[in-house]
Amino acid sequence: MKSRGILGVSAQILATLLAIVYLVPIYMTVVTSLKAPGEISLVSAWELPSSINWAGYVVAWERFAPNLRNSFVLAIGATLISAIMGSLNGYVLSKYRFPGAKIVMPLIVFGMFIPYQSVLVPLFRFMQKTGLYGGLPGLILVHVVYGLPITTLLFRSFYHEIPNELLDASSIDGAGFFGIFRYLILPLSGPPFLVVCIWQFTQIWNEFLFAVTLTRPSSQPITVALANLAGGQAVSWNLPMAGSVLAALPTTIIYVLLGRYFVRGLLAGALKG
Amino acid sequence: MRSRREQLMAALTILPSIALLGIFVYGFIGNSIHMSTTDWGQEAAMSLTPNIQSVGMDNYRDLFTGFLNVRFRQDLVNMFFFTLLFVGLSLLIGLFLATLIDQLIWGETFFRTVFLYPMSLSMVVTGTIWRWILQPRGGINILPTLIGLPPGEFLWLSSRTQTLVFDWSHIFHYICLILLIAVAVSTYGQWRRRENKNLARKLVLCAVLMGIFLSGILTRIGLLNFPEAHGFNEALWGVVLAAVWQMSGYTMALYLAGLRTIPHELREAARVDGGSEFQIYRYVDLPLLKPITASAIVILGHIALKIFDLIFAIAGPDHYPTSMPAITMFLKTFRGNELAVGSGIGVILFLIVSLLIVPYLVVSFREE
Repeated sequence: MKSRGILGVSAQILATLLAIVYLVPIYMTVVTSLKAPGEISLVSAWELPSSINWAGYVVAWERFAPNLRNSFVLAIGATLISAIMGSLNGYVLSKYRFPGAKIVMPLIVFGMFIPYQSVLVPLFRFMQKTGLYGGLPGLILVHVVYGLPITTLLFRSFYHEIPNELLDASSIDGAGFFGIFRYLILPLSGPPFLVVCIWQFTQIWNEFLFAVTLTRPSSQPITVALANLAGGQAVSWNLPMAGSVLAALPTTIIYVLLGRYFVRGLLAGALKG
Repeated sequence: MRSRREQLMAALTILPSIALLGIFVYGFIGNSIHMSTTDWGQEAAMSLTPNIQSVGMDNYRDLFTGFLNVRFRQDLVNMFFFTLLFVGLSLLIGLFLATLIDQLIWGETFFRTVFLYPMSLSMVVTGTIWRWILQPRGGINILPTLIGLPPGEFLWLSSRTQTLVFDWSHIFHYICLILLIAVAVSTYGQWRRRENKNLARKLVLCAVLMGIFLSGILTRIGLLNFPEAHGFNEALWGVVLAAVWQMSGYTMALYLAGLRTIPHELREAARVDGGSEFQIYRYVDLPLLKPITASAIVILGHIALKIFDLIFAIAGPDHYPTSMPAITMFLKTFRGNELAVGSGIGVILFLIVSLLIVPYLVVSFREE
């Protein structure tokens, strides 16, 4: 419903003010990250830097480059594997019937809502015993497994929209289980893959609990490195702020360019949305 | 009709996923429950073949009543207030933003993008940023000085002030009171809508809860034999502020999607009947948004109950006033090597979150 007149104009003004309020933390982050350490003080926190100083970014980059690399390997690897598995699961669960199918889906989806603290100790021990503890392959495995519920759910609801008659027609033409997937389902899966990959990449890139408990320092993703840096009080604030910008950049770029798909993933994740 | 061979291929395709989730979700939860009833910890924690004894429910008893676990009990209280404030404010602000955006003449995409942007950030980034903005003598507190007012004095994250203080010994008494309020509100709503289904049963439940509360039976079942004060830590306001900044855009997106699915004919019909714009909003739009509110409460609620990363980054894991069960679970397990106690806290979190999630999943999947 579009309002005209006074209501519309006042909504416009109010929305502008609120947008400024929402952007204030971003302003503070960028401004502080561009100041020289000597110029940062609590009293002048809101002021623009007298001259732009890139030292925060230079130091943050030197410090965080290995962690950013870890995050990219982790997020891309786990996103692709969990998306492919989710796509196959979604295909099976939306197009094939088998005993117990009704109860399988809620049991799978339950896995995405559990507090991971309730599996953390056995998971930690499992990783130690299998030698997967500490490295990126182990962390990728963990993100793939706990990513399966959401990827399966998203693909399943997308594939529900594909008419069964199309599958029957392909069957009659002689296509088997994988033939139908390869030549009918996959070519229609572009948008769902985009939605799922954007969602998974964002979640895994931003994740902290598994990252901080299951990796050694050399394999730590950016979130752990940033939390450790900001937790130490001795550093000057331009460094954690520049680090925050670096950590936020990949998901920000995705959000700005492909926000539409991000919102679709977010709505589908709410089950009823 | 698909052939038997294809059915088999389908089953084999999802088998790995089912097996992985079976082990990593249900197997591990079962293992956590089992381990939480042992004395697994300290030197046994490091050994690959630990010598552990069963101790029954001792770890749980200790968490809820033990003298040394006072922090965990304050964690639970913090979690309760944080969840209440975070979910409540995110819903209100999200609904307000969605309604506002629905009225805009131009720039809808721009404003939606701005309000939802924080949700694409890591809670660690949000925490780091807000740790700086909420500095006691900087950030938000010196904003008033920019227009010549005295600076704010509120200690957003470091305040040690506690309000709404109650005695933990009487926790059952207060739980009973909260239940009473919840049941009474829902009963009243039902009575006003003149739905008589289960009304009598609910009234009886209200009366029973009221009776227990007034007679003070539960007060005499003291959980501890010493008084222990817990309450609302004002330092949580800083965490709530950062969390609402991050997640209110999410509720906005949900509500906006909901407003867009309301058929125009419905509003037109109300307009023809002489309804004002506000009346249409109040009596047509809002009731249709109720299912979305339910979804949002569940999603935001489970995020709030297990909150960890935001607390870790905004105040650090060792800051008592803003600590949560998930933080103490981390410290007990990975710093204190008390693996059994850590598992126990994990199981407690699991049970609390399940109370919220299981009914939601049952309703969602029954509808299919």
